[in-house]
Amino acid sequence: MQPIIDVQNLNFSFGSGALVQPVLKGITISIQQGEIVLITGPSGSGKTTFLSVIGGLRQAYTGSVVVLGQQFIRSSEQARVKVRQQIGFIFQQHNLLKSLTALQNVSMTLEMNSQLSEQQRQERATAMLTAVGLGDKIHYKPDQLSGGQRQRVSIARALVGQPKIVLADEPTASLDKQNGYEAVSILKKLAKESRTTILLVTHDYRILDVADRILELEDGLIRTA
Amino acid sequence: MNYINWLYFPLRLAWRQLIFDHTKLMVAICGVLFACVLVFMQLGFRDALYASATSAPVNLDGDLFLMHKQSEAMWRPIEFNRSELMRALGNPAVADVFPLYLGLAPFKNIETRVKRTLMVYGFDPDSSSFRIEAINNKREALKLKDTVLFDEYSRPEFGPIGNLIAANRNLTEIRDYSVAIIGLFRMGVSFAADGNVVTSDLNFMRIFPERNLEHIDVGIIKLVPGSSQTYVKGELEKLLDESTNIFTYEELLHFERDYWANMAPIGFIFGFGTIMGWVVGLVIVYQILFTDITNHRNEFATLKAMGYSQGYFIRVVFASALLLAILGFIPGFMLALSLYHLAESQIFMPMPMTAAKATSVLMLILSMCFIAGLIAIRKLKDADPADMF
Ligand SMILES: Nc1ncnc2c1ncn2[C@@H]1O[C@H](COP(=O)(O)OP(=O)(O)OP(=O)(O)O)[C@@H](O)[C@H]1O
Ligand SMILES: [Mg+2]
Repeated sequence: MQPIIDVQNLNFSFGSGALVQPVLKGITISIQQGEIVLITGPSGSGKTTFLSVIGGLRQAYTGSVVVLGQQFIRSSEQARVKVRQQIGFIFQQHNLLKSLTALQNVSMTLEMNSQLSEQQRQERATAMLTAVGLGDKIHYKPDQLSGGQRQRVSIARALVGQPKIVLADEPTASLDKQNGYEAVSILKKLAKESRTTILLVTHDYRILDVADRILELEDGLIRTA
Repeated sequence: MNYINWLYFPLRLAWRQLIFDHTKLMVAICGVLFACVLVFMQLGFRDALYASATSAPVNLDGDLFLMHKQSEAMWRPIEFNRSELMRALGNPAVADVFPLYLGLAPFKNIETRVKRTLMVYGFDPDSSSFRIEAINNKREALKLKDTVLFDEYSRPEFGPIGNLIAANRNLTEIRDYSVAIIGLFRMGVSFAADGNVVTSDLNFMRIFPERNLEHIDVGIIKLVPGSSQTYVKGELEKLLDESTNIFTYEELLHFERDYWANMAPIGFIFGFGTIMGWVVGLVIVYQILFTDITNHRNEFATLKAMGYSQGYFIRVVFASALLLAILGFIPGFMLALSLYHLAESQIFMPMPMTAAKATSVLMLILSMCFIAGLIAIRKLKDADPADMF
């Protein structure tokens, strides 16, 4: 079966000239649909950089990165925007729009899809918020929600568009143990139902048991654990 | 549906972000409102000036008008010989000619006895020199010695003349010469005169005994119906000597308006005020949009990561600018409207709110917000989704 993410010998550096700093040094990995992959590793090893290349947020120039059939190496911004619309992003900070309610925040994902009617958008967003346990808080704004609730809203926002891939960078870092584990469990449960691929960077060893596979990144190279 | 969403979604997001912070929204609206009112007042005063500058000539009833070449404006005329006007009768297209005499004179308030200067017009009561019915109805009465008509649009400092006439207290003095006010008409004040009085040519000479019927200020020429004003004007220019200017009705209005617009720096001053209002509004709206983009940088970067395009954010910024323009214009228009009424009732300046004026101010405000948006969108570059993880 064609892997959903296929990375061959990816190199990536920051800076230029004498100041060039290689961060990813020849990464090769394939990830299948529905897999839940956790990435760990020491600080500065390049986990975030790797995730942003996979997500089409940074342009890489050597090797091969094929995501959902689109080659990202030397690709156009337009091509990457198209793929990004099929990816759900979950950030370390919740990054919700603070002037919008939970429902409106989640609907933002669906507003890019012009096939849906306003009512369908509302229904799907409400259903997704209910699935993450916030059915009674859909009209709350972010500053009226707790940290764990906000992160659950951002999980709902990432999943409501039925993405093929979810990329999450330390989603539990700002949460306590209980909330962090709960958020990741919800994410796993919803992802398994829809066979969504998840790539999740974490330092949090308490959540490693949700993974199908764990990658360890060290100094820009993958050491399969 | 797609095209509606293309505009509607960014507009809706802009709206939600604007109303989220009430204080900032109020400040922004006040900024636009301020610019709006400033521009409205500048245009209002300027137009009032132009309108009042022409309140006398606009009411003159003639086809062509004669003035001395050195007359800068009607309110400060240079006298010329009546014989010059009579020579115009030599042209077969000229049906009739009438002299008009003008003079500034102190008018005594009947109640307070305080004197204040107004403009006195003397005309031939056998002619219809004015397009004002109230004057034409009283032409016979004005032939009586020492009778005048008073402009009820004069400033109130001259006294409640209408009430006084009704109470039979209609005697007063102009230049210390006793006259009876036998009626009212409506013409309007100008920057040159706070009030107007119309009387017959003979009564005019009684008020101004040093003046002489042979030396006139303005000549009114009436043409035979159907003759071409511009053609006859050209013929008369050949016929008359070079000491006088001949104007058509429209030219006279322009001449009077241009006097205030150019000779006096008033046109420039109001134009400058309008531009200043525009610039101040521009800076305020730009500041608001700029800080808004800065504050929403992370949110915009997040949306960009999710797959929103740059064009979407540009539309959000312009939608914010448009909303601010509209939200500021509406109260600005209302405030300007009541200030216009205040000006009309308190300083007796004609300040009509015309559709043309409202439209041009709206256009100015829209252009102001558009350009503020144009400068502000450069700031959108700072929202880089690569920094979001
Ligand atoms: N925008 C940037 N410009 C230049 N260098 C950068 C930039 N972002 C990251 N780096 C460098 O790249 C290296 C890898 O950074 P990265 O953020 O990928 O590490 P990480 O594995 O996510 O670390 P952490 O666990 O602390 O989040 C670091 O040495 C860092 O200094
Ligand atoms: Mg990181």
